Amino acid sequence: MTKTITDVICPFCGTLCDDVEVVVSDDGKKLLEVANACVIGTEKFLHSQSADRVTKPRLRQADGSWKDISYDEAADYTAKMLAGAKKPLMYGWSSTNCEAQSVGNEIAEIAKACCDNTAAVCHGTTLIAVQDIGLPTCTLGEVKNRADRVIFWGCNPAHAHPRHMSRYSIFPRGFFTGKGQMSRKLVVVDPRCTDTSKMADVHLQIEQGRDYELLNALRVALKGEWLPDSVAGIPAEKIREVADILKSGRFGIIFFGMGVTQSLSKNHNIDEAIALTKDLNEYTKYSIMPMRGHYNVTGSGEVFAWQFGFPYSVDLTRGFARYNPGDSSSIDLLTRGEVDAMFTIGSDPGAHFPISAVKGIAKVDSVCIDPHLTPTSGVSKLHVPVAFNGVECGGNCYRMDNVPIDCRKVVEPPEGMLTDEQFLVMVRDRLRKLKGAA
Amino acid sequence: METVTITMKNAPALYLEADTISTDAFAGKNAAQIAELPVFEGNNPSTLGKYFEISGNAGATSADTKIVVKGDVKKVKYLGFKMTAGEMVIEGSTDQYVGAWMNGGKILVKGDVAAFAATAMKGGELTIEGNAGNYLGAAYRGDWRGMSGGKILVKGNAGSDTGMYMLGGEIVINGDSEVHVMTHAEGGKVVIKGNAKSKLGGQMVEGTIIVFGSIDVMMPGYKPNGEVELEVDGTKARFAHFIGDMGERHKKKKGVVVYGNLYKKI
Amino acid sequence: MSEYIIKNGHVFDPVQGIKGDKLDIAIKDGKIVDKVGSGAKVIDAKDKTVMAGAVEIHAHVAGPKVNLGRIYRPEDKLFSCTPTKGMERMGSGASIPTTFKTGYEYAKMGFGVAMEAAMPPLFSRHVHEEIRDTPIIDEGAFPVFGNNWFVLEYLKNQEIENTAAYIAWMLNVTKGYAVKVVNPGGTEAWGWGLNCLTVNDPVPYFDITPAEIVKGLMEANEYLGLPHSMHIHPNNLGNPGCYETTLDTMRLAEGIKANNKFGREQVLHLTHSQFHSYKGTNWGDFESGAKEITDYVNKNKNITIDTGNVTLDETTTMTADGPFEHHLTGLNHLKWANCDVELETAAGVVPYIYSPNISVCAIQWAIGLEIPLMMKDPMRCYITTDHPNAGPFTRYPRVYKWLMSEKARKQQIDSFKHKDKVLSQTGIGALDREISLYELAQMTRAGPAKSLGLASMVGGLKPGMDADVAIYNINPDKPVANPDDIEKAFSRCAAFIKSGVQVVSNGEIVSNGHKRTLWVNVKAKENPQVARDIAEKFVKYYSMTQNNYEALGHHFVPNPYAIEVDATN
Repeated sequence: MTKTITDVICPFCGTLCDDVEVVVSDDGKKLLEVANACVIGTEKFLHSQSADRVTKPRLRQADGSWKDISYDEAADYTAKMLAGAKKPLMYGWSSTNCEAQSVGNEIAEIAKACCDNTAAVCHGTTLIAVQDIGLPTCTLGEVKNRADRVIFWGCNPAHAHPRHMSRYSIFPRGFFTGKGQMSRKLVVVDPRCTDTSKMADVHLQIEQGRDYELLNALRVALKGEWLPDSVAGIPAEKIREVADILKSGRFGIIFFGMGVTQSLSKNHNIDEAIALTKDLNEYTKYSIMPMRGHYNVTGSGEVFAWQFGFPYSVDLTRGFARYNPGDSSSIDLLTRGEVDAMFTIGSDPGAHFPISAVKGIAKVDSVCIDPHLTPTSGVSKLHVPVAFNGVECGGNCYRMDNVPIDCRKVVEPPEGMLTDEQFLVMVRDRLRKLKGAA
Repeated sequence: METVTITMKNAPALYLEADTISTDAFAGKNAAQIAELPVFEGNNPSTLGKYFEISGNAGATSADTKIVVKGDVKKVKYLGFKMTAGEMVIEGSTDQYVGAWMNGGKILVKGDVAAFAATAMKGGELTIEGNAGNYLGAAYRGDWRGMSGGKILVKGNAGSDTGMYMLGGEIVINGDSEVHVMTHAEGGKVVIKGNAKSKLGGQMVEGTIIVFGSIDVMMPGYKPNGEVELEVDGTKARFAHFIGDMGERHKKKKGVVVYGNLYKKI
Repeated sequence: MSEYIIKNGHVFDPVQGIKGDKLDIAIKDGKIVDKVGSGAKVIDAKDKTVMAGAVEIHAHVAGPKVNLGRIYRPEDKLFSCTPTKGMERMGSGASIPTTFKTGYEYAKMGFGVAMEAAMPPLFSRHVHEEIRDTPIIDEGAFPVFGNNWFVLEYLKNQEIENTAAYIAWMLNVTKGYAVKVVNPGGTEAWGWGLNCLTVNDPVPYFDITPAEIVKGLMEANEYLGLPHSMHIHPNNLGNPGCYETTLDTMRLAEGIKANNKFGREQVLHLTHSQFHSYKGTNWGDFESGAKEITDYVNKNKNITIDTGNVTLDETTTMTADGPFEHHLTGLNHLKWANCDVELETAAGVVPYIYSPNISVCAIQWAIGLEIPLMMKDPMRCYITTDHPNAGPFTRYPRVYKWLMSEKARKQQIDSFKHKDKVLSQTGIGALDREISLYELAQMTRAGPAKSLGLASMVGGLKPGMDADVAIYNINPDKPVANPDDIEKAFSRCAAFIKSGVQVVSNGEIVSNGHKRTLWVNVKAKENPQVARDIAEKFVKYYSMTQNNYEALGHHFVPNPYAIEVDATN
């Protein structure tokens, strides 16, 4: 007999779908089938079942080979590394639960470390913009129930957040949007033709790196002021037409992704997009929302904020919290050679950071806590495999709209494997002893 | 005025946070007392004397104190942090936060500086003979109260985000500027004698930008407003005048809407 | 648990009518007792003031909008972050402190209980995570109901029983404490960028008025017999002339009687009344309506209020009154955050500087003090700053100073740039009342505890009650030489015992205590219709499934303390 578990949360992207169904074996040890999830999410669940999975911590030897060690030895190594470092960087946190993040923060506080999450390479710029100008936003259910204008700017949910459009943004029939897709006008701004732009009522194929200018032009158009003949490759006439489309909606939403957060102007693009949203609220109702990537990057920011006061790039080295991306942000710390130890959990900077920063990781003592084999585990001195969060253990996570959803455990991890939180507690207790902390 | 000379003798392995290297922290102290001032290398507390050779005693007040910084201080942060009076000369290049939150006095850097120089500056003078990094004279994260007074001169080039949220004071860049100048500013003036790239004066409520060289791409929110003759830093020339950012809110003063001004030399 | 005896202090306890008598307070097993053994630890309170732990009835201290405030205001923390110290975790934030700092600061001032005033139900799990990470103090959270689609639909047809069943379900799944109402109907209207500024403005689409929502929720609250009454932030907050809307709102309580077993007498709690007591037609002729509001409340015993004192600081405003925050950003042009929450509510956040040089701010300051000074019964008026809206809660000692010393008020008034305008637009200059220590204990302990339905548990020092005892460096036998001494004494208590454990000594944290989450567990009659409606709304309109909605499990509410309500009869 098999068991079907319903209302399962998918630990892949910030869409955090919570209607997944998983079929497991009677003894709860094998995950057999996944329903309702997208292909990426399904793969995430099934990947936990792969036969070649690393189940024991491994320490890099002088000759470059790996040696299996126990979790106790791994925790000792990690605690000693953190205790001895002058400026350790504890990075990642976006693919683990809030309880583990919380223990991680205790460790960072005792070790006087820098701590950062993957916003550093995705929506950290969004956070900077929010700090500069604010954020009129809403939950995804508001979009489903009310939105008649949907703008995707620099993002491609058809590929990156596959169920976003069917669950929340384009297709669902909500309370005031009974005609589903027919109730909505879709505007896509992207220099490329994508599977998302193909569905759009209007696709603004913008010149790369000129999002700031086009957003500015839309604000000017809303106010009916003078515009040059074309901005960012888009004729003024078209800009005015789109401004009218935006203005004529009853409830609009701008979703944006890394096409604007990580291209020229970065935080300023978002700043201007938020300003546009604010302006539109003079005429009708508008919200704006970042398409957050990792399924719990949002949660990491929340936990950092309520415990330290800042959402990412937090520097605790002086014994109190400080924050200033450019100084306290991971890539800057690594490329500038500011850190002497690297602790990675729940992310893969080896794959996502620029090569100059990855070289920085390779130069220092390093620990990587991750269920997978990744480029980061490859350059780290110690690799600690753990249970898959959201599959083999539960814990709270935050969706891209900051809604918390408690992940479920659906299957047992391989025997003897620890969760992130369990391993971190071992490290914390050891570190306390080493540092003589209360 | 008394002069204290500090010379780097043991360079830090990482970076040194030396917010105590300022006339205010030195004032009233002799060389031995200055050597005991706290500095940090990462989470490791140390003293100034471990890294620097210190000679000379400070004056009784910061106004009576001059600091000369010698040796390689490229990995030292916060020189002249919150300085209120006196003088500081940095013989070479240095790292982030030079003159950050400074309120008075003079700082001269003979080399380059990294990011966040003169963050939220209120007064005084900062001269950089080399190049400046990003966020020169900008506000701290999230704060709408940026540079409100004082003068910054960069003889080389400046990075991006100069004068973000600027409220007052003046920044002169003899060389070229990277993108984003005076974003969100509500006052103050930035002069770029070389070339500018793009995104000048975005979301600017009030303030003045003067460019002598070229501008790659204008912000669409800047509307042509004729030509004017201006005298800038002793140079008289004709400038094309633009007002903006037309997408942004603007205040009314005596019934007249006040825009930001952008002048480009013809 | 250890035993304590607090000796020779001047005790102020409105629950027992003790007005500064020298008495010993005995503590055993977390409770106040008649006597303890000779081995009890002695705390000398000679020449000091002894009161029960203070009770915060309304503050924004945990949850999504509070954290959004933290996230988007790094400048609120610049140069003011505090290091790890003994058993204290790092802290930061002036107007929006981190959770750790929040717990420590309340404890250092002698607070044992704090209520989070607005919990968006969809985010209850977030609220509880922050409450969990706030040390020492007991906390509860009020889910918001005034713009909830279920409530709007049930009350459109006057279905009180269904509304009550829904409230019972909601308190249970969100581990909530009370029925909170914010800008009834107006926040739903804000879903379309609109608002309801009077109690009679219809809510778009839902065909109901704020008056009907407020009345219906009061009736449902009494139908269930909850410990606290409906707790309301009325329509039209913060606008000149809003006192009339406030009076209209309070009149809705006429004829409704409290029904509960907790000793609560009111059916409506008007929160941050300062923001709702404005006369005038614009910011130029803006004036105080404190007299009109307090006259009404003085006459109507089924209402309690809290103040919402402006503390003249830079702070961060945050409220479920979404349209108000949009209005505010239009006035001060500072960064605006907003979050509309599906089917339930919204929230906005805007920084604000209450400058003593701006006449409106100074008048707001005066109104906040006029209200408690004009209230005849201190048991029905409680001191708040609507933290952090009118000022951070860490400023309570300063507010106490202004209330307890006419001299301190005069000094402040004299320092205002627009002193004459403050005196002409408010009645503050004519008020010579000075709040006594006994009255302060009523306004900060016994009163709010009674209003919350916690009178048998906290707010007093009667044997059998929880042993929350605060000792302050104030000698009531000696006249106060300098009003600033009042502020200093209440800022850092000499000792604070929370649930029988000493957590503060000489103003320093000495234990993280054992904090609890207070919530109200209502046993209600089965109501299949409401159960069906809930299931249907989740399938059709919510963005998450019903089975994932509840704040369930140890990591959300590790130390629950349920107040049981039986509403099955």
